[in-house]
Amino acid sequence: MELVSPADFAKDAVQAVQDYTLLAVRSVGNLFRPPRYVADIVYQADLIGVGSLPIVVLTGLSIGAELALNSANTLQRFGSLSLIGQLVSVGMVRELGPIITGLMVAGRNASGMASELGSMLVTEQIDAMRALGTDPMKKLVTPRVAATVFMLFFLTIISDLLGLFGGALISTLLYHMDWHQYWSTAWQILVFQDVFMGLLKPVLFGFVIATIGCYYGLTARGGTQGVGRATTQAVVASSVLILVVDLLVTKLLMTIFAYQ
Amino acid sequence: MAAPPSVTTERLSGTQPSASSLVVFEDVALAFEGTPVLKGISFHLAKGETKAIFGVAGSGKSTILKLTLGLLKPDAGRIYVLGEEISQRKEEDLFELRRRIGMVFQESALFDSLTVRENVAFRLLEEGNVTEEEVDQPVREALSFVELENTVDMFPSELSGGMRRRVAIARAMITHPELMLYDSPTGGLDPVTATTIIELIIKQRDVFKTSSLLVTHRLQDAFIMATHYFDRRRNRMQPLPPGTRSEVPMGFLILRDGKIIFDGGLGELVHTQDEYIREYIS
Ligand SMILES: Nc1ncnc2c1ncn2[C@@H]1O[C@H](COP(=O)(O)OP(=O)(O)OP(=O)(O)O)[C@@H](O)[C@H]1O
Ligand SMILES: [Mg+2]
Repeated sequence: MELVSPADFAKDAVQAVQDYTLLAVRSVGNLFRPPRYVADIVYQADLIGVGSLPIVVLTGLSIGAELALNSANTLQRFGSLSLIGQLVSVGMVRELGPIITGLMVAGRNASGMASELGSMLVTEQIDAMRALGTDPMKKLVTPRVAATVFMLFFLTIISDLLGLFGGALISTLLYHMDWHQYWSTAWQILVFQDVFMGLLKPVLFGFVIATIGCYYGLTARGGTQGVGRATTQAVVASSVLILVVDLLVTKLLMTIFAYQ
Repeated sequence: MAAPPSVTTERLSGTQPSASSLVVFEDVALAFEGTPVLKGISFHLAKGETKAIFGVAGSGKSTILKLTLGLLKPDAGRIYVLGEEISQRKEEDLFELRRRIGMVFQESALFDSLTVRENVAFRLLEEGNVTEEEVDQPVREALSFVELENTVDMFPSELSGGMRRRVAIARAMITHPELMLYDSPTGGLDPVTATTIIELIIKQRDVFKTSSLLVTHRLQDAFIMATHYFDRRRNRMQPLPPGTRSEVPMGFLILRDGKIIFDGGLGELVHTQDEYIREYIS
């Protein structure tokens, strides 16, 4: 491996952050400037949303069930098994639903975007698009960002509901809780703050996934191998960034809403 | 139009840039990661002219075409295209201008997930407000121009290299741009197909009066272009009768070590005394 001086490394890192920020800002700005690629947004939404549905259903259901299983064990020791609906509900809506869905879609779509745009870049298709008078930022990046934000929002709601459903199955089938009691406690515990936090996160995560995926694709270097590397990096970077953003948002909103 | 074009004796290449110049390079320099590729290039392309650019592999021919489109920015110097200064323009402000220019990339650069039809129609669909039916007619025309009507629903990966080149030409010329940039359109093709491609370029030049920059490895391509005209009635190119010159002037540029070492017409090229050029054209 080539050795890089710390100064050069720092300069490259600053440059990368600057480029990424520019891409992120422009991807949003383009939404307000024509031409708007509605058909491309719909196409991407279908690809991201419908394509990710099976995996989101599966993970939501099993995470909810596991959450119920784990907490039931603890709650039983304190004789307060009836709290299980509340625990699953708050855990799923505030934290697990958004993060699991975000990570799943990151693995599936950040990599997809990076490899697609990366291949287009190394085969000069991006240059060809620019040469034909079309802005790749508008045609390729903005639709992906818009579609990911939009779809992740709904995928997260689906995941939350399925998590609750998974929890309900475990509580009623294994721990013989009353089905209605489970659902009513699960609903009642949720306050506006929980729901707000749970729905703000997918919006931010979707933005992170799409901008990181596109950024790594559009900066891929060195042929097919470079595209492969960009794909892996996009998944790693978007996953890490999702975790960091999650922590920050949770802390920030808890402070704002003055949680217990 | 079928008759051979008249004799033109004025010397059109190597003259001073004027208001009618479509492309002007003024002392343009560019380095990639510290390695200079172009070290002060100046030339101009007059309206209606075709300029062939020669040079060994890696001499910066493709780079010149990309600079002309604003796909790359020069480190120094000025570039005027279609009367506008583009060297320091922001990317967003270049798209309008690029719509008036056609470029055929060295490796064709077709969109591989779009069909031939969608590739060729790309410009029209992007310019918006057109229905699928409205693009059908021009797409068919463009594809019949390059004689590939029956490939509409195929994907680029299902075409041969020469067919891809022709689709790329159809895609670039569908809106009949004023200026065409061809990057090694005959590179890697057999002599027969290469001549077909050159015939297409001559057709584009003579039928639509397009000015162009033509990068090529084969000197022969440029010679054919200088000595043939397109006969519309017979739908093929014909040699110009001896003693006449094409009504479309043909210029030659030779690049070496980041500089232009020759800029002139066919006559000057064949009578040059320069050792390197003599070796190059022999
Ligand atoms: N994006 C780039 N990054 C770094 N170096 C580059 C880049 N593009 C071109 N170069 C370098 O610039 C030089 C000129 O490249 P260019 O593609 O213009 O050559 P060319 O004359 O078109 O060659 P060929 O006849 O092989 O197509 C080469 O040395 C190449 O390595
Ligand atoms: Mg080249």
